Amino acid sequence: MSTSSVSKGCFVFKPSGKKKMRELGLEDHFAEGCEGAENTAARFELCQQLWDKLKTDTEALQDELNRKVLDSLLDLTRKCSTTRQHSDWASKMRASEIPTAALVLGVNVPDHDMTFQSLSELLQQSVTPHVASVQAKECGTLKHLMKRVLERLTGTAVDDEEEEEEGAEQTSTPLHKSSHCSLSTLCDWYNAKARKSSTGTPGKKRSSPTKDEHQQPPVVIIFKDLEAFNPRVLQNFILICSLYIERLPLMFIFGIATSPSTIQHMLPHSVSSLLCIELFQSLSCTQHLATVIDKLILTPQFPFKLNGKVMQVLISIFLYHDFSVRNFIKGVQLALLEHFHSQPLSVLCCKKKQALLNVTQLGHLDLERVRQLPSFKRYVERQEHQEQVSLLTDDGHLKEVCQRLIKDLRKYHKNYYPVLRCLHTLTSSLPRYPLGKQIRELHLICLEKNVSENEDYQSAMKLLKMLAKDELITLLQRCADILQSVKSKKMRTAHVQLEELLAKFKQLDSAAVETAPVVEENITSPVRNLQKKTDLFQLQKTLLEMNESRRSKKLSPFEVLRNDALEFIDGLVKSHLCPPESQTLNEACYYSSSATVRRHLNAAPRTSIQAALRTPYYYIQNDSLKTEDGSVSNAAPDICIAYKLHLECGRLINLFDWLEAYATVVSAAEGNDPDSDDYGKVDEVKHARFIQAVSELEFLGFIKSTKQKTDHVARLTWGGC
Amino acid sequence: MTALLQHPGYEDESLQRVAEQLPCREAQSAVLLSLMGQPQQYSYPSIFIYGHRASGKSHVMHVLLRELELPHATLSCVECVSGVLLFERVLLSLFGHEAAALLPRSASLSDFVRVYRQQCSLSPAEQTRFIVMEKAELLRDADANLLPALLRLQELVEDNVTVVLLSEIAWDKFRPNTGCFEPLLLHFPDYSKGELQQILSQDRHPSYSADFYSSYINILLGVFYSVCRDLRELRHLAALNFSKFCEPVAEGKVKETDTHKLWRNIEPHLKKAMQTVYLREVSSLQWEQMQQMEEKETGVVRGLSAHTHIELPYYSKFLLIAAYLASYNPARTDKRFFLKHHGKIKKTNFLKKNEKTSNHLLGPKPFPLDRLLAIFYSVVDNRVAPTASIFSQISSLVTLQLLAQVSHEDQLDAPKYKCAVSMDFICAISRTVNFDIVKYLYDFL
Ligand SMILES: Nc1ncnc2c1ncn2[C@@H]1O[C@H](COP(=O)(O)OP(=O)(O)O)[C@@H](O)[C@H]1O
Ligand SMILES: [Mg+2]
Repeated sequence: MSTSSVSKGCFVFKPSGKKKMRELGLEDHFAEGCEGAENTAARFELCQQLWDKLKTDTEALQDELNRKVLDSLLDLTRKCSTTRQHSDWASKMRASEIPTAALVLGVNVPDHDMTFQSLSELLQQSVTPHVASVQAKECGTLKHLMKRVLERLTGTAVDDEEEEEEGAEQTSTPLHKSSHCSLSTLCDWYNAKARKSSTGTPGKKRSSPTKDEHQQPPVVIIFKDLEAFNPRVLQNFILICSLYIERLPLMFIFGIATSPSTIQHMLPHSVSSLLCIELFQSLSCTQHLATVIDKLILTPQFPFKLNGKVMQVLISIFLYHDFSVRNFIKGVQLALLEHFHSQPLSVLCCKKKQALLNVTQLGHLDLERVRQLPSFKRYVERQEHQEQVSLLTDDGHLKEVCQRLIKDLRKYHKNYYPVLRCLHTLTSSLPRYPLGKQIRELHLICLEKNVSENEDYQSAMKLLKMLAKDELITLLQRCADILQSVKSKKMRTAHVQLEELLAKFKQLDSAAVETAPVVEENITSPVRNLQKKTDLFQLQKTLLEMNESRRSKKLSPFEVLRNDALEFIDGLVKSHLCPPESQTLNEACYYSSSATVRRHLNAAPRTSIQAALRTPYYYIQNDSLKTEDGSVSNAAPDICIAYKLHLECGRLINLFDWLEAYATVVSAAEGNDPDSDDYGKVDEVKHARFIQAVSELEFLGFIKSTKQKTDHVARLTWGGC
Repeated sequence: MTALLQHPGYEDESLQRVAEQLPCREAQSAVLLSLMGQPQQYSYPSIFIYGHRASGKSHVMHVLLRELELPHATLSCVECVSGVLLFERVLLSLFGHEAAALLPRSASLSDFVRVYRQQCSLSPAEQTRFIVMEKAELLRDADANLLPALLRLQELVEDNVTVVLLSEIAWDKFRPNTGCFEPLLLHFPDYSKGELQQILSQDRHPSYSADFYSSYINILLGVFYSVCRDLRELRHLAALNFSKFCEPVAEGKVKETDTHKLWRNIEPHLKKAMQTVYLREVSSLQWEQMQQMEEKETGVVRGLSAHTHIELPYYSKFLLIAAYLASYNPARTDKRFFLKHHGKIKKTNFLKKNEKTSNHLLGPKPFPLDRLLAIFYSVVDNRVAPTASIFSQISSLVTLQLLAQVSHEDQLDAPKYKCAVSMDFICAISRTVNFDIVKYLYDFL
């Protein structure tokens, strides 16, 4: 197990994309080390367009998702500013509490910034100009908190003793002497503001009539990350604010990552009784991700695609590590950038018209690349001999074929997503979710390989056969609705077929009233019981029984029709849900290097340090350090040798033995005669080099000094070699 | 009462007003008045008043100083985060803006004394000046010389000034061990039930009779007196629930005098208030809304503490589980729990009787990072690379206050943590990842 100074830290990975794109001459950066330099400019442009679209789309989506919570929050703030003016008996007698909104946002802290950003913008637009957000890390003490709040509200720098101390006392009589950080300053400021807005600037005020004049806009303070605040600081701040609540219409918003009960953990009753806390719960991050995937990934609008593995990496980072939708999007961004950077054929990854145009502009080199694509090779193999020859030799012909292939790829996508949704609709409510509960799970299965060959798919189909009639009909109806809105020839015919089937089901309904409806009952009901059963064995047994009982009976008209319907669905799945790898030219649109994404987004610092120590030739690009058996060469940097030697030791390492071993290795590298007296002797230089290597290892967290034995150090890592 | 009504040097009228506003605090105000003496006479240098929250300390001081029109400065020690702010406030209230502006920017105590002397030589005191410091217990955390200086400020500035300290903590817990000037101590005892009744009954609603309101207060105190004696809080609760109390009267169902019926109507409601609004589980705004629609839908309101569920990323859950195990299991038992072939660990040795079951009573113990990770890797079901995100999740858990960092933040080498979640919480978390945590807890073996 590891423990060390370095490996403890947090390594924040900043995706290179955004930065690269905003800097001057990014295009040159992009072109650097780019494969297939001819069309970098075009690719860069495409990449940027796609990213801009992705970005605006996600932002719009996020705004929409947050709208409900934010709206109710805005309502509260408005209510606060109006109820304050009441002067009936009850409100006079009541202790004046500070209105507080507890906004529960979930543990995906990186995503919160955006929410707060839009929240404070909304507040400023529609409720009050006085909004200040503070973060725990800038408010370690009460004084800092007060200062930040004042600064952000008044928009001016507040005088600070510390700064002044550094400023060498040259300004002995500053102008705004009384602008010490205290709420009374804020009160004065607020009153001055209120007076100004009620008397002055009549021209601007005309639009909002007299109603506004009595209303005091509240002063909203947003604590972005409540849990991270020092409880004492927060308590004192609230105590102070409550002293001024009569004079200053304050209001708090607490951003909570965990659960609202933390408020009670952080604030004693004497403090929480000064607040009037309303709870607001935002959408959970898993739902958020589901919407993002649904709206941005599972759509043919966006030509750039992730293959199964990359998708898997991004989703598992989300589920296992951070729950952050923002990081997920950044992952997509990274993949986007990498794709356009490393795949010359990515010029074809764009809107249809442009892609077709770009095909005509492909150079000979690019066409050779097309010929090298695995998917294209497979395509060629399927052609007749004559065609094969012309594909491989005739550039003009290849271009034509490419145009057709691009169109095919587009059609594939157009059909893939609706069918995927249909299949998900049908299977997502089955017991035990054989094909997953979320559509992204089904999508991953489909990306991986042919779903129809999947065992789970078979069992899902079997379960579907056991659905009661009305259940099946509603599901099919929903599928029909999905297909209806798709603009594709194939889907349109599929929709017509499905509607016909549904019509037949309905006819059956009216017919069945006359004939015996009893027969169906015992066949269709078991699936209801199945829902309850959790035991797999039981499930299989019932399935088997039902199969047998069915075989022995003659099929009822409903069963015949149901089988038709399911066969129809099966047909759709088989023809449209094949994995993208099977599509020719998929490499142009699909990004597949999951290892790159993983390495960038989920860095393993210790592993890379160890790799660097073990394979220095690779890192310092010196092939002379390479050895046949892969071990570390004698001539490697000192730290590599020391590291190598320390791997052979136990928990405690005797420094002297280590030094001796090191000296021997280094002497061998120097080419000294093994029989001479000096060989392996420790001279001053070697000693110094050794000490340096050891302290470097200590710095990297591989060893540390121990109190058990003074001339020993303790090893901190195990394995890894 | 009579003692209050006549006092040399003050007008009878204002004394009358004071007496009206300070019911049940006659004795204390009389003592204070006699300490203050006549306005122009020097008073005792420092007075220390202590008593529980809402025992009327601030109220009494405020009423006295306002009604008797004495020059004073009132400030709260919470607000004066630094000495400078305190000095500035005092000068501002006693001598005005110009005086406060004379203080240098990072003023020390001696600067304050200098400016004060200079100012009071310009405007000598005709009446005793009072400096009232609220929440004086916070002065203990301030500069060591601030409190002793304030206690003998009269002597330092050579002015007719008295410092009044208001505190919820007795003087014994205050006294600096180096010794200092002893202030006069004055205790404000808690209000008795009868006194509370008398004070609260004064706020009667203008459209109802005094008796009616008084009977309401009586019922209210019957419910709440056992849990809450805080006057401010009681007044708040009274205001919140009064509309419910008058409801039957307003609807004409019950007469104002039918106390029993009124009691039957309000008592369950107040009981409910005790578990909700009083604990701030439900905000007063929500409470009022609930009252209005209660008839139609008595939907179960979930208080703040009912929301304890937290969604965490998969590995964070396991890190938290590992932290819990590390906090509540003795380190020497790790081998037994997490090593497949733990060889011979003698049963008798392993189970030390007195140690058992006590771990949960003793609370979480700190553990080093490597132990956390060692346990984490053995409880999590698949191989996990030691990536940066695992480490940043630990930091996140600390910021979310689910883990507590015991060692100092700057200590990069072998940091120590404690698990800060409850047994219920961790059991709920473990259930979501199908991990039977009880099997791994030494206490439950
Ligand atoms: N004797 C009293 N008569 C009327 N109101 C009182 C009395 N004592 C306290 N109060 C009220 O109770 C509340 C709390 O009193 P306060 O003086 O602030 O308590 P303390 O300073 O001891 O914490 C104030 O709103 C005050 O008006
Ligand atoms: Mg007080």
